[in-house]
Formats: sequence, C-alpha cells, structure tokens
Amino acid sequence: MCCLNKPINRKKNDIKVVNKRVKAKPPSTPSLNLVCDIDTLRTLIKKNKVRVVDVRKRDEYLKGHIKTAVSLPLAELLSNDDPESIIKILNNLGISDDTLVVIYDDTFGALASRVAWSFKFIGHRNVALLEVTYDNWKKLGLEIERKSNKYSKVSHSVDIDYSIFADAEYIENAQNDKNKIIIDSRERLNFLTEHIPNSKNIPYTMLRSENSILRNPSELKRFMENRGIDLNNEIITYCGSVGTLSGLAFFALKTAGISNVKLYPKSFKEWKSLGKPKTEFKDATYWDLSAE
Amino acid sequence: MAKSIDYDVLSSSKNKELETNEKWGLAEESEYFANKVKLYRQDKLNADEFRRFRLQNGAYGSRLNSEFSMIRIKVPGGDITPTQLEKIASLSESFSIGSAHVSTRQNIQLHWVQLEDVSEVFRGLAEVGLTSREACGNTIRNVMCSHFAGVCPNEPFDATPYAKAIARFFLRNPICQNLPRKFKFNFSCCPEHGYVRIADVGLVPTIRDGVKGFRVYLGGGLGAASFIGHLLEEFTPESRLLSTSIATIRLYDRLGNRENLARNRMRYLVSEIGWEKFQGLLLKERILVEATISIPTRKSYDGFLNTGDLNNTSISSTSTKSKIKLPVINSNSADTPYTRWLNTNVVAQKQSGYYSVYITLGAGDITSSQLRILAECIREFSLEKKARNTPQQNFLIRYIKADQLPKVFQKLSGNGLGNPGANTIVSTVGCSGTTSCNLAITNSHRLAKEIQSKFLELNIDLDKDYVDSTIKISGCPNSCGQHEVATIGFYGGATRIGTSMVPIYTMLFAGSTGENGELGKAIMRVPAKKVMDVVLKIFEHFKKERKGDEKLNEWIYKISNGNGAGEIKNVDDMKKLLLPIIELPAFSAAPDFYKDYGTDSNFVAKTARGECAA
Repeated sequence: MCCLNKPINRKKNDIKVVNKRVKAKPPSTPSLNLVCDIDTLRTLIKKNKVRVVDVRKRDEYLKGHIKTAVSLPLAELLSNDDPESIIKILNNLGISDDTLVVIYDDTFGALASRVAWSFKFIGHRNVALLEVTYDNWKKLGLEIERKSNKYSKVSHSVDIDYSIFADAEYIENAQNDKNKIIIDSRERLNFLTEHIPNSKNIPYTMLRSENSILRNPSELKRFMENRGIDLNNEIITYCGSVGTLSGLAFFALKTAGISNVKLYPKSFKEWKSLGKPKTEFKDATYWDLSAE
Repeated sequence: MAKSIDYDVLSSSKNKELETNEKWGLAEESEYFANKVKLYRQDKLNADEFRRFRLQNGAYGSRLNSEFSMIRIKVPGGDITPTQLEKIASLSESFSIGSAHVSTRQNIQLHWVQLEDVSEVFRGLAEVGLTSREACGNTIRNVMCSHFAGVCPNEPFDATPYAKAIARFFLRNPICQNLPRKFKFNFSCCPEHGYVRIADVGLVPTIRDGVKGFRVYLGGGLGAASFIGHLLEEFTPESRLLSTSIATIRLYDRLGNRENLARNRMRYLVSEIGWEKFQGLLLKERILVEATISIPTRKSYDGFLNTGDLNNTSISSTSTKSKIKLPVINSNSADTPYTRWLNTNVVAQKQSGYYSVYITLGAGDITSSQLRILAECIREFSLEKKARNTPQQNFLIRYIKADQLPKVFQKLSGNGLGNPGANTIVSTVGCSGTTSCNLAITNSHRLAKEIQSKFLELNIDLDKDYVDSTIKISGCPNSCGQHEVATIGFYGGATRIGTSMVPIYTMLFAGSTGENGELGKAIMRVPAKKVMDVVLKIFEHFKKERKGDEKLNEWIYKISNGNGAGEIKNVDDMKKLLLPIIELPAFSAAPDFYKDYGTDSNFVAKTARGECAA
C-alpha cells in the first residue's frame, strides 16, 4: 500500500488521527531548529538527549557513523512510505513523540531531508538536519564509532500533517493560482529540457554553502526576495523522482522563513507517468555547453 | 637575463595571491541590479531601458528564452587568480550549469542563469574582485592582452600593465558609457602573438631610441563585414597611450553611426570617411586631448599604471632584432601521453628554466570541478600564482619549473585537462552557437568539439605539419568564433536543399592573426554534417601536394593566393575536388545529414534579435 498516492481526503479517513499537536502541553525538551549545528548535536549526544539517524546505505553505516546513531537507509523508508510503515520505523528506532531527532547523510543533505520530511509528515515535531555531511563530520575529526546501535521500542502517535504534502492533483490546481508557486529543484539543464508547466527553477545547488548543507537564513531569504517570492506565498517543491532534492529545498525554504511549504514526494517521475502536460524547451542545444 | 627573471618572479606583488589582481567589481552594483530586476518585473521599468541596463552590466539574454541570462565575466588581460577561478566554479554550480565557457576575447561566460539570480553572481564576483560590468553593451569591452605578455622571447616589454591601466581607466568612465557601439582594445606581446589587426585599437609594444611605446592599429574588427586595422603612426610613445586612446574614443563617439545598427562599429566610420581623413582627425583630436586633459585625470591613469606590475616591464635584455620562435619542448618520441602533451602544450619562456603550460579545453568549456583542479595546479606549480586565458579558448599556466612538468601533467590529465594539441589545429575554436546565443543559426560549439575529438582520435596532434594551423567556427556571420582569422574558418547559415532546410557552413581559407594578420577568403559552403569529411579531405590533398616541410597553414595560404605548385593550384581546383564530398544523400535515405549537431529535430533556422547593439 502506498498512501501518498491516494487522494488526501480518503487518506485522512483511513488513519486514526490523534490531534496531539492541539492537545499536547509544550514539550519538556528544547525544540530544534530546522538545521542543527555541530556543537548542539555534540552536546545533545553527550547528554544522551537525541536520536541521531544515519540515512546512508547500511554498509556505509557499518563502516563508521556518528556516535549513538541508528541506521535508516533512505531506500528502506521509500520502499514503504505509507504512514503506518513510517510509524513502525519510528517505533523501532526508539523515537517517541518528544525525542529530538537529528538526521544526516553523505549526499549534501538531500537524503536526510527526505527522511526528515517523512518524519514531519507523520507528526514528529522535533526533527532537524545536521548542518554537515558525514564526510565533513569525519574530516573534522569528530566522534564516530562502528558499533550498531539499537534502542528499545517505543510507541509514537500518528498526527499526519497534510499541510506539507502535495500530490499531482494538488499541483494541477496550483498551476494557475498566483499565490502558489511551484518550484523545480533539479539542475538547470534538466529543468530546461522539461518541467511541470508554470514551475520555477531553484536548483538544489543554489541552496548549500561551502561548509553547510544549507546557506544561512538571511542569504536564502535574499534569494527568495530576488525571485519575487513573498514569505506569505505557498510553495510546492518537486524534483526528479522521490523528493530528495526537493526535500532539501523544502527545508531551505522553511529556513528562509516561508511558512507554507509543501513537498510533492512522487515528483516529476510520477507526473510524467501520469501523462500530465510538461513544458519543454527545444530552441537551444544547451546540453552541448556542458564540459562533461 | 637571469637578473630580470628573478625580479619577475620574486617581486612582492607576485607572491600575494589575493592582492595580485585588482578589484574590478563593486558589491553595490549587485544590489542595484537586483533592484532593477524587481522594477522590471513589476513593470515599472520598460523592457528597452532594462535591456540596456542589463547589458551594460554584462548580462545577455539567453537564446529564445528571456528568463535566463548569460553572464560575461571580464578578465582584463586574461589574468586570473586561483581564488577567482574557484569562485567562478562555485557560482556556476549554484546559479549556472556547473561549467564555465572561455570566450575568444578572454572573458569567462556563465550560461543559463535565471535573470533574478544574476545579482547574486555579481555579488560573488565582486567578492573576488571580478566584474562583468561593460562586458556587453555599447562601451569598452574586455581589454585583451597576449597570454604570453611577460614571458614571450620576442617582446620588448610586458604590455600587461598597460592593458590593465587602460581597462581600469575606461571602466565606468562617463566618456564611454554610451558609444555608438561596442569598442575593443587588444594588446599583443610581439608582432606574432596577439589579435591587433582585428580590434578597434590594437597595440604592439615596441621600443624606439630606448623609449617604450606601441605601434597602434585602428579600425579593425570582425563581423558581418570585417576590416583589418590601420597603423596610426610609426611609433606612439607610451606617454601618449592614454591621449591616443581618449582621442579615438571621442572621435568615434562624435562621428560614429548611431542610426544604422549594422554599420555602427568604428571600422565602418573609418571605411566610410577613409583612413587618411580619420587619421588626420584623430591626430588633431589627440592634440586637443593633450592640451585639455586635467592633471587629476592624468594622475588617475598613472596611478592605475603604477599599481600594475610595471616593474616587470623593464626593458628586456633578451629582446633581439631577429625573431625567435617560442620554443616548444620537443621530446623525440611521442609514445606516452606525457610526451605527447609535452610536444604541443608546453612552451619555454624567455626566463630560462621556466615553462608555460596550456590547458586544452573543448571549445572553451570547463566544469566547476576542473576549475578547482586548475586553481590547485596554479597554486602548487606556478611561481606567479596566476594563469591567463587565451583567445584560443584555453588556459595558460606560466612560470612552471621544468622538474615540475610531470607532476603538472599528472594532476591535469587525471581530471580531463591533459589533452594535447594546444598549439596545433587540434585546439578547435567554437563560439557558443545555438547552445545559448540568440543570433546563432548553427551549433558551432558542438561542431568544434566534434572536430577536436576526431583529431585527437586520429593523433593529428602528433603531426608537426599541423602546428600553428587553426580551425575556428562561428554559428553565424558575426564572428565571435573569429572564423576569419583561422587557417580554415567556418561560419554557420541555413539553406534549402530540395524541400528541407539544412544547417550549412561557409568555409574560409588562410586567415591569420598577429601584426601581419589577414582575413580569410570564403571558399565554398559545406553542410554541417559534411564539415568533418571536407576537412579530412583537405588534409589528404595537403599531404599529397605540399612541398618539403611546408605546413598546412603555409600550403593553404599558397592555394588561396593561387600559388599552388601541384595539382591544386588555386581555390577553384580545391573546390572541384571537394564538391563531390559535400553532396547530400536524399532526405528520405539519410535524414541525419539534414540535422544539426546536438539535436534530433529537423533543422530550422531560428534566431532572435541580437543584443550586442543595445
């Protein structure tokens, strides 16, 4: 079963929604920013107050990972990303409603973003991306270990946040809505070749800085201002196939201060398979500029 | 000689990487640009006004898609630091397509940048001292200087500081913000190297009675109609360089054609009123300029000149009357990739023990990661800690010691930067063509790359007969690919064969650069997909017909002047032999011959308004 493909309304009825967000008291643990800096994570690890999630391939994890981290390869999550399965994953990783979660990868934050988005979607509030990749962490000589970590099973509640989700039908309705902006996160030449009509291109490569998976908020905010994007606009991001690059864009836009951001996790791959219209640009042979 | 070398390399300014290059860019221009884009998007600035502004700041509209821009980064004199290259690498990754393109006028271009992101690229450029200001538009474009300036055995002195002082003086200068059309300065190092006859102002450094100066050529330029520049006077002392330049620009500003877009370059003015009249007016104008130039103006120029590495321009004791050929390292065998590269890509400098190394690119394209490798190479191996880009769309890293060469090659070749053939016909030039340019009719860019790979495959670089010959390709008659100064040049067009449109190139013979440079002559038209066959056929005939050690460029020159000694005596003979090759099979039998490179679609000649003359 793959819930994300179903119409939103039906899905809502399928799942027992615990409206914990409304009822719950403020959590006792501090909340995380969208991006967690190195020092904060190290402190949290020392105090044993965080669940670190490594989303690289399993064999990479076994070769070495950030201290206390658990392994959740992105492929495992994507193989079955309906809400029930995601909840099962959270439970198995020992992540309960109040657990602070910091996620990292070795793919400039894109894989981590996709996992973090899924956690958010299912209703986990305190989730952040680590500001650096594993490779950088290692290069800085910070704490790593090789032992596989396992934590006791817990029970996470379900509180699906449809406000951060979009499907093809939603995109279709947004295409002609001036207040809704569709963002394609793929690289420029892929965008020029074909894209969802009326979408704008913000390649994921724009979002990172030399030392961090995301630029600082003021810079990202300026980029959006340049693009004429208002903080009050609703933005829907998509990319090539599974929502990784656009997942990173999701967090970048959030970081820039835009509150209403949605991810189309099935992205352009699904859009094309559904035979939806696309805009192609064939008047220039831009691929021949590439020096590859 | 040794003394001047030590001075060159050890002079303090050469060892401080960050300070070596002047600050051309201004951060505030980035913000200003961002605001103008917003006004334009909000319809508070009309399209024409905005276009003019955009071009003045170095951003062209991209091919048939006004959402995107090409940013032309000026590299005055082609002189660039590792830090600047690294910045270009990251700006390209963030806002462009992850690669950069070296132009034939020593610019570095970033393509397909979203108009709204252009200001961010400007911001990044300013951080490392670069600018694209006045890289387009009706003003003074990037000031070129021979990439050998400072290391050329035949130069009387290093012209680089003069090129940079001129660039500096006119950048943002009110007297040249609204010329009838663009205006180009090219400096050479010696009579052989440099593109002095095809610029509005071309300058060859020379010394008379111990005084440094130039031979100044005016009114040259390539385009739909091209002209070779005229010598202003036998000797222009360096003290008159500024006044001569100002006088030329003032005269052109006043008399140049502002009505007819197709005839508003200075070369048309010179051609219309006649060289002698123009020369007379100019010499008078110069007297006026010299009589009225203010002390602060003069001083600011002198200041720019003195901040350059003027020390290095001390008259070189190595300069001799007889012409020395730039020695290429010749290993007798070419059996390893290293020796093959050594033969064509490494040149001995006038400073003994030091070498310059070419990085051969494909039609000027280089990826961001390659730019970073290039930067590392410069830091690690070049004593001047800088590089130059070349009009042949390559890079030149200079001041490398002989024992470092194997390491340099290892590093370059491990990253796709070790191709041989830089000083041979293998290093094909191609403008951006239909990959990004509004004016282009054909994909000259891809064709140049196809030819280069084919030549490498055929080991053409190993054959000394092809040294000093060139192939240069433009995607339209406007000559950004400089096809008129190539041994074999091509410019793109369209024609109808039967009921189908076909991309076609006009082939030219025997163009050349340098102080005695000549324009090529149009020979015949060749369908795009037949260009390779035609070139290889020419090579075949050359091998059969040439006399003694004659090289390809020498033989082509002879043929084009009707002095061939064998079966092919002149251009007509050549045409007769080539005609059977250019014939296309029927469309239904071979539709691919009717398509251009880089596309599966049937060919259509689509162009939009050019933006050069805004």
